[in-house]
Amino acid sequence: MAQVKNSKLLANPLNLQNPVTVQVLGICSALAVTVQMKPAFVMGLSVTIVTAFSSLIISALRNTIPNRIRIIVQLVVVAALVIIVDQLLKAFLYDVSKQLSVFVGLIITNCILMGRLEAFAMGNKPFPSFIDGIGNGLGYSIILLSIAFVRELLGSGSIWGFKIIPPVFYQLGYENNGLMILPPMAVILIGIIIWIQRSWKKELIEK
Amino acid sequence: MKFLRNTLDKIKPHVQKGGKFQKFRSTFDAFETFLYVPDHVTKSGSHIRDGIDLKRAMSVVVIALMPALLFGMWNVGYQHFLAIGQTAGFCELFWYGFLQVLPIIIVSYVVGLGVEFIFAQIRGHEVNEGFLVSGMLIPMIMPVDTPLWMVAVATIFAVIIGKEVFGGTGMNIFNPALLARAFIFFAYPSKISGDFVWVSGLSDSTTKVVDGFSGATPMGLAGQGQFDKIPDFWTMFIGNIPGSIGETSKIAILIGAAILIISGIGSFRIMLSTILGGSAMIYIFNLFAANPYMEISPLVQLSMGGFLFGAVFMATDPVSASQTSTGKIIYGFLIGMIAMLIRVLNPAYPEGMMLAILMMNMFAPLIDYYVVEANIKRRLKRAKLSSIKS
Repeated sequence: MAQVKNSKLLANPLNLQNPVTVQVLGICSALAVTVQMKPAFVMGLSVTIVTAFSSLIISALRNTIPNRIRIIVQLVVVAALVIIVDQLLKAFLYDVSKQLSVFVGLIITNCILMGRLEAFAMGNKPFPSFIDGIGNGLGYSIILLSIAFVRELLGSGSIWGFKIIPPVFYQLGYENNGLMILPPMAVILIGIIIWIQRSWKKELIEK
Repeated sequence: MKFLRNTLDKIKPHVQKGGKFQKFRSTFDAFETFLYVPDHVTKSGSHIRDGIDLKRAMSVVVIALMPALLFGMWNVGYQHFLAIGQTAGFCELFWYGFLQVLPIIIVSYVVGLGVEFIFAQIRGHEVNEGFLVSGMLIPMIMPVDTPLWMVAVATIFAVIIGKEVFGGTGMNIFNPALLARAFIFFAYPSKISGDFVWVSGLSDSTTKVVDGFSGATPMGLAGQGQFDKIPDFWTMFIGNIPGSIGETSKIAILIGAAILIISGIGSFRIMLSTILGGSAMIYIFNLFAANPYMEISPLVQLSMGGFLFGAVFMATDPVSASQTSTGKIIYGFLIGMIAMLIRVLNPAYPEGMMLAILMMNMFAPLIDYYVVEANIKRRLKRAKLSSIKS
């Protein structure tokens, strides 16, 4: 496999190889946890950590894993990491953990993880795999945070839990947009982000 | 008229390719083709061409909407003065309603056409006047007290997400006007449901309302279980009841339907099958009659809410409806059935017409696909039979 620069591994998933908007992976959690920014941030962080470390471990083990049971081995590693993250969240960030509920556990089935393990970690050295995992986790987090920003701002009138739309607005007749709280709007927002990204980077447009 | 033509011809060279203002070509085109039937013809292949084009067809629909709109304006005034317990002459009633409704129409047109023009300029294609009808439909399916900025936001949403992302006029999956209403329905539910939004001035707490005037629509009353208070059939047929601006008068809607059918622009198949589908569902409910809502007779049930308006003006939208004749019948029938199903069985949504039409919009291409497939299969069979015989 051609050697790619480590900095590219980190930067590509943020834009041209973004797991959510370009590869369209991990959509379901992007819809579920983006009502507010805080859970979205924690979710993004968790996914980044799990992706990075599972890539590192799988990459280190890649020459000893028998090909026929590699998916099971990958799942075991990912599941172990997810449980650690879940327990840490429960211990230190109980509120957010409650809000995220089942979605932390569902990181195991997040397509980004399996995708990166299969496509990258199984064929590359540990350090580049680690970087690749961080990059993809960050690419996922960026999208999550930008969706959550719009949804929280327009849906609840706040950012990170702080009310930022002044009360005067509400007196003048402004109202929070209830549609932003509902999952369909998250799909539309992802669509709009994809639209913006493709009009900006023309090479992403499929022929 | 000569003057108009001359001015247009004078401006034309400047906006042609290479001219000073070529950026505004699509804007100019839009105005020119709106005022005059364009002179360009199809250049290749055989084609059958009707004398009427998209813009002229749209104008007919807008004319068909006029009776309902004018009645709606009068009714807005009538309901308002009824609520505050004053009497007023016909002109005063109409004028009051006119002043209430006009801003909504202006906002809907200015915002919607603005978005369309911006997109046409950026993408460099011509402006399609698909919005002419949507812009008139949007105000007519709103409660009269809807804040103007909400109308604007909903219109922007409907035009961009409902139409432009799919490629503009003629490409949309959903009816843009209904999308605007659905947007407000889910985003600002307090402004489009309940008892206080349907009559002008009622949502303002300083307005003095006469005792006994509730402002609830027939749909609202039915939703709350007050079936004895629902107006009788003739009142609802004539339409002096609270409701969205254009939906109340069934007579005005039927006049519009006649215009659409006679001019051949609206599909009578869809209208009829929608009403048939609705009636079929009501008869089924009548058979079971498990609660008072199911016992309402078909005529009353059909004249409640926006069912007829949806059937005549919304379901027949040629872009989002089925294209095949058989498909149209299936499409309309299912709209009628689903609308009644949502209305009667789902307490969360007082009226089901909007959601029913949007849902069937989604299935219209599928219906067409199977109708076409079935036709191909049938003809293949016939071809095989005849080849065996010979």
